[in-house]
Amino acid sequence: MQTFELTVTVNGTRYQRSVEPRTLLSDFLRHDLGLTGTHVGCEHGVCGACSVLMDGQPIRSCLTFAVQAHGHEIITVEGLGTRESLHPIQQAFQEAHGLQCGFCTPGILTTVKAFLEQNPRPSEEEIREALSGNLCRCTGYQHIIEAVQLAAEKMRG
Amino acid sequence: MKPAPFEYFAPPTTEEALSLLAEHGYDAKVLAGGQSLIPMMNFRLVQPSVLVDLNNIAELAYLRAAEDGGLRVGAMTRHRQVETSPLAAERAPLIHAAMSKIAYPQVRTRGTFGGSVSHADPSAELPALSLALGGKFLLRSQRGERWVAAEEFFVSLFTTVLEPDELLVEASIPPMPPRSGWSLQEVARRPHDFALMGVAAVVALDEKGLCKEARLAYLSAGDRPLAAERAAEALKGQPPSPEVMREAAEIASMQEIDPSSDIHATAEFRRHLAKVLTRRALEQAFQRAAENQQEG
Repeated sequence: MQTFELTVTVNGTRYQRSVEPRTLLSDFLRHDLGLTGTHVGCEHGVCGACSVLMDGQPIRSCLTFAVQAHGHEIITVEGLGTRESLHPIQQAFQEAHGLQCGFCTPGILTTVKAFLEQNPRPSEEEIREALSGNLCRCTGYQHIIEAVQLAAEKMRG
Repeated sequence: MKPAPFEYFAPPTTEEALSLLAEHGYDAKVLAGGQSLIPMMNFRLVQPSVLVDLNNIAELAYLRAAEDGGLRVGAMTRHRQVETSPLAAERAPLIHAAMSKIAYPQVRTRGTFGGSVSHADPSAELPALSLALGGKFLLRSQRGERWVAAEEFFVSLFTTVLEPDELLVEASIPPMPPRSGWSLQEVARRPHDFALMGVAAVVALDEKGLCKEARLAYLSAGDRPLAAERAAEALKGQPPSPEVMREAAEIASMQEIDPSSDIHATAEFRRHLAKVLTRRALEQAFQRAAENQQEG
């Protein structure tokens, strides 16, 4: 069995691990690093629950091999805020009821982080576009959109 | 869910990638953005024994102005790069405008131009747009290199003329002709999903305002991206009137495309969509061409 010596920075911490090339980044984050905040839904690129940031851009971690993250920087939901000090996006989702069961939330939060950094004053239309690759089966999206609008306000300060 | 085991190579140069393909040939799959290949591997629909990952080959990711006024796109150029490129917007406005229709932001971060074209999904945008624009592809192997026109490149479902040791390294998109216009029309259940039917139109007018050139290319209309040549022929030399456009839409949708029925739509419904979308695409393309005529 071929293994690969992987060096990757996740949420600011450098990790070195041996991985099989077929290990998906989503499984690496959850099983090898114990970062179970990244959720795995469909595992074929449809649901968006596994979205993380790679060098600041949103990607599907189930459609990326862990070896492909070698030398790159990954941000997962654990890298946003802490229980004591939530990220403004997390704060906004809490205040605006932007989640119900919460399964899709980690993928939405990471996607929204990259989006609001690129577009601090988005329209509702642009928010819907940005989240087109994230499925939520609870909310009907309305509160998610409102949470992103609130988050944008908070981040603009 | 796990892909089956494979041997993994991530060469830093095109030369090394070609050497690996020459060595492993039929057993190898090329990994570009992975947004189609990795789902198929996750489901074990595809089980390559060797994977040649191009993501470390920086020399394959570029957008360059071609001397003829067109655009040269390196195979590993991400959709996101094209979407945010002023050069692409200027040189290949149809392709630039289509980017936001291709899947979702997370997929466009990774997905590549060369990967989409080589994968040859008949429902994908870039194969059909390459056909509509008269694009061509540079294929390279250790045996040499060759240019293949989009018309010749796509063979059937997920099948192209690429040999097992060949790599698509560049797409060349010719410049838009003078007094020309374009349009891409699609119907999808939800925005960004694969379209149930889609058509790209590229038209040019002559000095008298008659149709000089026309190209119509369809996605989700057969086992590969399809060009409607007879419909295009029916437009040439004609004024862009509603009757002429209706006639072309009739020919294309009833005689030239070959849609199939599946869980998403019947073949009959797809033909209906093709007729309506062709008319809309031609109206918009001729409108844009007329605006360019006034400016020019």
